[in-house]
Amino acid sequence: MRKRSEFDLVVDVAIVGGGMAGMTLACALAQAGVSVVVVDREAPERALSAGFDGRVSAIALGSAQMLRGLGLWPHLDAAAQPILDIRITDGASPFILHYDHTEVGVGPLGYIMENRAIRAALFAATENLPGLTVLAPCSVAAVDTEPGGSSARVVLADGRTVGARLAVAADGRTSPVRTAAGIESIAWAYPQVGIVCTVHHSLPHNGVAHERFLPAGPFAMLPMTGNRCSLVWTERRTLAEGLMALDDAAFLDELSWRFGDHLGAIEVIGPRWCYPLSVTLAKSYVAPRLALVGDAAHTIHPIAGQGFNLGLRDIAALAEAVVDARRLGLDIGTDSVLRRYERWRRFDSIVMLGVTDGLNRLFSNDIPPIKLARDLGLAMVDRVPVMKRAFMRHAMGLAGEPPRLIRGEAL
Amino acid sequence: MHRPHAPHPATADSDEIARFDALAETWWDESGPMAPLHRLNPTRIAFIRDAAVAHWRRDPRIVDPLKGLDLLDVGCGGGLITEPMARLGARVTGLDLAERNVAAAQAHAALMDLDIRYRATPVEELAAAGETFDIVLALEVVEHVADLDLFLAAAARCTRPGGLLFVATLNRTAKSFATAIVGAEYVLGWVPRGTHQWRRFVRPAEIVGRLQRDGLFTEDMAGMTYAPLSGDWQLSRDVSVNYILCAARPPA
Repeated sequence: MRKRSEFDLVVDVAIVGGGMAGMTLACALAQAGVSVVVVDREAPERALSAGFDGRVSAIALGSAQMLRGLGLWPHLDAAAQPILDIRITDGASPFILHYDHTEVGVGPLGYIMENRAIRAALFAATENLPGLTVLAPCSVAAVDTEPGGSSARVVLADGRTVGARLAVAADGRTSPVRTAAGIESIAWAYPQVGIVCTVHHSLPHNGVAHERFLPAGPFAMLPMTGNRCSLVWTERRTLAEGLMALDDAAFLDELSWRFGDHLGAIEVIGPRWCYPLSVTLAKSYVAPRLALVGDAAHTIHPIAGQGFNLGLRDIAALAEAVVDARRLGLDIGTDSVLRRYERWRRFDSIVMLGVTDGLNRLFSNDIPPIKLARDLGLAMVDRVPVMKRAFMRHAMGLAGEPPRLIRGEAL
Repeated sequence: MHRPHAPHPATADSDEIARFDALAETWWDESGPMAPLHRLNPTRIAFIRDAAVAHWRRDPRIVDPLKGLDLLDVGCGGGLITEPMARLGARVTGLDLAERNVAAAQAHAALMDLDIRYRATPVEELAAAGETFDIVLALEVVEHVADLDLFLAAAARCTRPGGLLFVATLNRTAKSFATAIVGAEYVLGWVPRGTHQWRRFVRPAEIVGRLQRDGLFTEDMAGMTYAPLSGDWQLSRDVSVNYILCAARPPA
């Protein structure tokens, strides 16, 4: 067992990965008086640059309540487009599933915002937060924990060491920390990629999100502020390469017939991105003095826009388990704290992974009997209010026993 | 480090001390012989913290609400309550008559970088020397002492005017015999057999009356009951088995 004086820096929690998940957790913990260090290999200026991440995130209602509670909303308000209505269509089929926000009776269904805006809000809100240290750019060489040990040791590439009662892996779907800790994961890649770009259109979208199920996979048009939509175009990997290589005019042609003409004339603004789509699920979310959050714990298909919401629910649950223990003066890195976190989160993420994978498999084909069945299924869900409300509440992050932050309460 | 064996006072029971000496190395193993105490711990701490926070009008959401208070933990064992109290900001002294408990507690506090004074000294000695504290804890200890009246009188004398004394123990009822002795020691095997002797369990009225004669007034009492489904302990109104009470010495 080690004594703390051997470390260059001593904190309560050391977070590896300063992306959206890592920084949100750091913000929640530091605000509650828990000392935190975040280590990220990217310089903040680069992580905030326009070319770093072209994606948007759907922010479910519970997630929005959490971001408000953490004081991030003033930084996000101008970038947040409320989703007032979701229309789901199956190719050219006449059956439509229609989610209207008035059916659950609580404001918009959620919000769409650029990841870049979320990163910027997190940096702004945490800039002078006492008890938070961000080390970036800085690589992590190793995270050492031992069963029964009194601290986790994070070794930085420059040889410095950070001692913490708890280490958190927020280092994304390939999570080197998870691998080094010997936590296995189940993973499969979809034969699809997600092409992402922003489109300007001449008519207003009125807050409507469209998801169109095409044979290659879902094609989502997510309303952004102004007359803009973010496209998440799921395409067979084999075709995507060719699409990415097209010149602007040819790309717009390919896009236009999928997008339709309901929003008038469209043009692509900014670059196109192409992201591989895969599923990963860590076999355990915890190890001695280590917790996994966000994509390090699970990556799901973007079909329902739930990835970041799932990550925020991890963060809300872990922050609550840690802060509750700390307010009782307990050691925050013990197995009982970690088990509480894992029990709380595992079921939700497996359900969401299964649902999104199932939806994607169900819809990414054009086999007539399946197509008919799913059209009837969609139409049926639309006609059975109880079923629809249950789906909606889960997707909005209001199902189950939500952590205090998700309920919009203070930690 | 082994201190010369101090002669034990009238309230100490040497068989009991030897029993806990043998368990010294296992205090911090959450799944070892002390697992039931680890499970009970958050509930006991919450009661103490909330009573102290209300008494001294502190903010329960900050990480060090007991900052600046002197606290004495009598019968501290391996430091399961002592360490949390230090983290919450109190200046903490832990007493235990089992020397190996004191050694184990000292080693663990060093590992956790906590500044705690541990002593293998009977509370009677501190009382006689006139040492006083804002908060005195006697948790799960009165059922192990030989002379309850003398022990409580000493703990009370160590409580400053305006201070709080907390006592947690097991009630002497038919239900506590069934659950704490038969259930916990023989059926479930939660605690080693012989840990408790039912005749030494104490009814709340006995403690309340004793403390009143020493000038302390019981302000709050709660039962601690086990919820088998969640596996957690909860504060409740049922004081028939485990209970904790808080008594205040009026300000001078």
